[in-house]
Amino acid sequence: MNYVLRRVGFMVPLLGVISLAAFTLIRLAPGGPFDRERQVPPEVERQLRARYHLDESLGRQYLRYLGGLVRGDLGPSLRYRNHTVNDLIAAGLPVSLTIGALAFCFALGAGVPLGFYAAIRKGHWPDQVGNLAALLALCVPTFVAGPLLVMWLGVKWRWFPVALWGTPAHVVLPVLTLGLYFAGRVARLMREGMLNTLGAPFLTAARARGLSESAVFWRHGFRLGVLPVVSYSGPLLADLLTGSFVVENLFQIPGLGVFMVNGSLNRDYTVVVGLVLLYAGLLLVLNLIVDLLYAALDPRVRYE
Amino acid sequence: MTAVRHALGDRPGALGLWRPVPRHRGAPGVVLGAALGWLTLTACGPALPPADLTIINGAEPESLDPALALSIEDLRVTQPLFEGLTRNDPVTAGPIPGLAERWDISADGRTYRFYLRSNAVWSTGEPLTAADVAWSWRRVLDPRTGAGYASQLFCVENAEAYHTGRLADPEQLGFRATAPLVFEVRLRRPTPYFLDLCAFPTLAVVPRRVIEQYGDQWIRARPLPVSGPYQLEFWRLNDRVRLRKNPRYWDAARTALAVVDLLTIANPTTAFNLYETGRADVIWDRNLVPAELLDLLRRRPDCHRFDFLATYFVRFNTTRPPLDDPRVRRALSLAIDRRRIVERITRGGEQPAAGLVPPGTAHHQPVEAVGYDPEGARRLLAEAGYPGGRGLRPLRYLYWTAGAGTGQEHARIAVELRAMWEQVLGARVELDNREKRVFITAQRQLDYDLSQSSWVGDYNDPNTFLDLFLSGNGNNRTGWADPEYDALLERANAEPDRARRAALLAAAERRLVGEAAVVAPVYFSSGFHFFRPAQVAGIYPNLLDVHPLNALRRPGTR
Repeated sequence: MNYVLRRVGFMVPLLGVISLAAFTLIRLAPGGPFDRERQVPPEVERQLRARYHLDESLGRQYLRYLGGLVRGDLGPSLRYRNHTVNDLIAAGLPVSLTIGALAFCFALGAGVPLGFYAAIRKGHWPDQVGNLAALLALCVPTFVAGPLLVMWLGVKWRWFPVALWGTPAHVVLPVLTLGLYFAGRVARLMREGMLNTLGAPFLTAARARGLSESAVFWRHGFRLGVLPVVSYSGPLLADLLTGSFVVENLFQIPGLGVFMVNGSLNRDYTVVVGLVLLYAGLLLVLNLIVDLLYAALDPRVRYE
Repeated sequence: MTAVRHALGDRPGALGLWRPVPRHRGAPGVVLGAALGWLTLTACGPALPPADLTIINGAEPESLDPALALSIEDLRVTQPLFEGLTRNDPVTAGPIPGLAERWDISADGRTYRFYLRSNAVWSTGEPLTAADVAWSWRRVLDPRTGAGYASQLFCVENAEAYHTGRLADPEQLGFRATAPLVFEVRLRRPTPYFLDLCAFPTLAVVPRRVIEQYGDQWIRARPLPVSGPYQLEFWRLNDRVRLRKNPRYWDAARTALAVVDLLTIANPTTAFNLYETGRADVIWDRNLVPAELLDLLRRRPDCHRFDFLATYFVRFNTTRPPLDDPRVRRALSLAIDRRRIVERITRGGEQPAAGLVPPGTAHHQPVEAVGYDPEGARRLLAEAGYPGGRGLRPLRYLYWTAGAGTGQEHARIAVELRAMWEQVLGARVELDNREKRVFITAQRQLDYDLSQSSWVGDYNDPNTFLDLFLSGNGNNRTGWADPEYDALLERANAEPDRARRAALLAAAERRLVGEAAVVAPVYFSSGFHFFRPAQVAGIYPNLLDVHPLNALRRPGTR
């Protein structure tokens, strides 16, 4: 419990440092939020800068931002002027969470059994086929796999809608596209983890005690073999939950990834800093959960 | 250890592990599955009833506030929501009566008196009056509003002074409500395109009560009073704007479609897939179909090409040598084989440009200010002291490329231009590709020699192109300041006789493109729409590329 409190206490200053870094870095990028091909009149630009306090010193702007942050207010979007950053997150986060969580389940659901089975049949055809499948999933990038899936399953066979968001059928292609690569990684991690475990002396000891093969694999082997996957799943989940630009762009999914990328391109300062903080916060929390899960799975790990 | 591993792998008994494991592992799985199912359902929401027409609109609108709308995507969504004194004719895009049913124009062309319709009301039932128009226009001019298109009203007396803060009293603005339904405007000078401007979304009438109550977020108020043929059903970010017919609109009887979706889609491949699989009816932007496919698609009956007010050109930075010499600039302009670019690269039926103002623009007298003339180009460059390009420092051509769509065209045009300048003039040109914001900043700060440029006209008059290069214009970005050009344009715009005005504007254009060669026009753009004529009607090709939603219909339904 103490450990958890300490970790949480450490997150606050860390997030502070991250926000400062994001805040400074995005402002180093040339060009500002109100620069466009069609120049707004100088008076208007001056008024806009004043309204969003961009005319103040950077230090004051940052303090103002922190003040808002404490109240849970991430500020107005400089580009989508009818919306605040909180609005954008409220609109995009549930969608990104859904896609991410489903892709996470797909990655684990496909990767873990595949890796596990490949490991216990090492050197035989299921291992080779599994390896090949995992390698393919790893090597084919999202922006190739996505259009291929769209072409066959969406355009040619019309099984699923090619884009947009609305019904459970809309979820299938983006989740497959997003999860495929990670399923491949999980399968490889799982296989390696299992192989390392299967050779461990404690399994021989378990067998010597007369335990059945399935008990050896499941109760003892699996718990240790899955650890690399567990430690990977923290950053993986954070990665998936905060949205993927490529998949959101390809399927026009109203998630957060598009805001993150467009925010940087548009120099939408508040959106970028707000989303970086959200991403960092998620990552920290998920890492904590993973570490706790580690302790639960591996009896050798204890946190003080 | 290896022996153990092999032994394990070879055991046939290993298959046994697929038997159910005697532990209650099922429970968390069920909970997790239920949670995911619930998440999927809630995030997707209840299935939307389909719209009567689905249009692919492009990038996410920045704002639906007509005063703040800037990009074509914004304007296309605000236009059906808020109407002005005039509106665009669906066929020609010319101004026809909107909220004003008629108007008188004084003999000197400087005073307009508009008579508002007595049956025009807000969608919430409140009466719509001349005071609403005056308040909306004042809001656009108030610098605190931050209206990017406030300059559309600068032809009105004192409007510019009020906007720039030189005049504090809004009562002195050149417009007022003289009666509940009579609105009078006094212009600075006769402006032949003033009625066109009145149809532009910036000048539309907006609901004062809601704006004063909700501030920046007013567009999201419910119910939202609108003055146009459609009301805002919802705006789902990065997904769509759904519009529903406004039954209280004065001309509602002629609105054919009850529900229209405008989809936010930035990726051309996605847009085209949706269209091809029948989930969208209209694509109304060339940038929303994959550029590689355009050649193929142009031959299909659902592809509709049209000319519109847009020019692709090159800006010269006139502030540093050798480009401060008009002879060098003109030589570079004469060395461009425009036909080759439209035939080899753009391939969309674009016209090679000999001037800056597209042909067909109203009140325009076409000029032949520049053309492909390699001999003349070499002679001019030699006269300037660089025979065969000797002594000429390498020039930097600034451009940007977007990820997809026609964005890549900028790069191909840049390569082609460089080759032409090298072959014809012996000039060395370095290509400088930047991210868009960096590009804009560099162009504004004159940190370039030659720069890719384009402009889309805001109203149907040469002035929308020519006033860019006035000395003080923020879009000039060439460093060129010519009192004679400024005076020519000023004289033209003060001229009440339209033929004489056109001649003066043509003289200005010749000076800009010909003698001074501040810009090198390349081509006049083509637009493309995609829709199947058997399923959609009411989209007509016009120079402004404006297509009022209430004119759209499904053939067979009236």
